[in-house]
Formats: sequence, structure tokens, C-alpha cells
Amino acid sequence: MDTLIAQLQRQFRDYTISLYHQGFLDDQFTELKKLQDECSPDFVAEVVTLFFEDCEKLISNMARALDQTGNVDFKLVGSSVHQLKGSSSSVGAKRVKGLCITLKECCDSQNYEGCVRCLQQVDIEYKTLKAKLQDLFNLEQQIVQAGGRIPQVDI
Amino acid sequence: MNNGCGSGSESCLSSMEEELHVLAVDDNLIDRKFLERILKISSCKVTTAENGLRALEYLGLGDPQQTNVMKVNLIITDYCMPGMTGFELLKKVKESSNLKEVPVVILSSENIPTRINKCLASGAQMFMQKPLKLSDVEKLKCHLLNCRS
Repeated sequence: MDTLIAQLQRQFRDYTISLYHQGFLDDQFTELKKLQDECSPDFVAEVVTLFFEDCEKLISNMARALDQTGNVDFKLVGSSVHQLKGSSSSVGAKRVKGLCITLKECCDSQNYEGCVRCLQQVDIEYKTLKAKLQDLFNLEQQIVQAGGRIPQVDI
Repeated sequence: MNNGCGSGSESCLSSMEEELHVLAVDDNLIDRKFLERILKISSCKVTTAENGLRALEYLGLGDPQQTNVMKVNLIITDYCMPGMTGFELLKKVKESSNLKEVPVVILSSENIPTRINKCLASGAQMFMQKPLKLSDVEKLKCHLLNCRS
């Protein structure tokens, strides 16, 4: 008979594994988790929160630049996507990073349509990841509230 | 009290252990936070700077009148930064009689051989690829502390 804690822990494990297998996260996220301990218990949550704020800001900057039809500042778009590519890489946001690489290529070749399409995808992708990580954090909280420990998940 | 390389494996520190004081320079907030944490968890004292100019100010190179110079054992800097690049920061450090002995490590997300060679030729201790892993920092520490002793 399964306790609530065991059920939640299994859910957490399965969900974590699925995020890696579906390519939302890569092993850099694992590295991020290694940096969390008793001294810095909310480190991962803090960093991903900053990351999503960064996504919102940079995507907004790029959208505004692309809105200036006929006078698009591709340099600005390029530097913003470079920033976003860097942060997504550092936190292990694999799909977001991949889309940033594509967006950068569109930007470098001044492919306006490509940039617009790609930026839309980046926007969708970061929001999807944000929702999924929120679900994961919620599961963690439920486990802790039920008196259990968050399992170490080996990918 | 922090000690060793943290992983529980064979310590590579000499018995006269000193905490490394690292100046971490990166214009990206997330990377700066990540770098700060990864260094702190590896038992380093960390000061961060968001660009080359701030880094130089901290090192005492910004203002000729500045007398309060902070002692730093290592500078880790991102290569791609607006204004002053990590390469330009490296050169300024190596040109300074006070600071030229301080090892400078350059970080970059891009693996460009000409860039790497240029940095190493100008005195960079190491060129490392972002994003860093905990094991990278451990190796870096061991390398530096062994060079020192």
C-alpha cells in the first residue's frame, strides 16, 4: 500500500524524468540543482525566476525592434538573443536555447520573417517551461508539506 | 569552516590552505548569479562585477587616487561583454604592474580557436567553455592552487 509521500515522490520522479526526456531540460539543470543546499535552499527557484523575467524582458525588446518595419535594428535583436541564449544555456533550458540558436541565425542573415516566427516560438517555449517548472516546484512543496524528502533523481 | 575540494575525494590543497578570492565578471545577471554560487560552493570568496569598468574600479585600476585596493587571487571573466570585452580586461590587468600576476580565466559560450589563442597569447591562464559545471571549478581550483604552491 502506497503512502501519500511515496505517491508524490513517484510523481515527482516521473515528471522530472519526462522533462529531460522531452528535451525541456538538459544536464545543465542537473548542475544547477547541485548548487542548492541547506545554505542556499531556494537557489534553483531563484535562478529560474530571474531567467523567466529575463525571457520576458528580452523577448519584449526583440518584439519591439522587429515591429519597426523597414527599420529593424537587427543588431539589437542579435545582442538580445545572445543574452537569452546564454542564460538559457546556463540554466539548462534546452528547447529555449535551441530556438535562440535558430533565432540568432535568422537575425545574422537579416531574415525578418524568420525572426518573427522564431521569436513567437521562443515566447511559447519559455512560457511552457515556466508552467512545467512551476508544476515541479509545486510537487516538491507537496512532498515537504506531507513530511517527506524530495528524492534525488538520476537521469 | 570550508575545506578541501568539497567532493570528499582526495584533497588537492596544500596544508597551508587559503580561501581563494575570486572576482567574477559577467554582464549577464543569471550567469553572474550562477558563477557566484558555483564559486562559493567550491569554497571561494566571491566578488562580482557586471562589466569590465566596474571590475577595474574594484581592482584599483579605475582611479589613480584609489588607495583601498582589494586583493584578488583570481579573475574569471566572460569574453563577450558590451563596452570592454573580457579580452580587453585581460590586457589591462596584464599591463598593470600590481595585477599582472593575478591569473585571469576567460569564459565563453563559443568555441572559437582564434579567440582562444588570442586570449592565451595575451596571458590568460585558461579559457573555459560556458556553461561551467561544478567539476570544472574544482579542476580550476586544483590547477591554480598547485601552481601557487
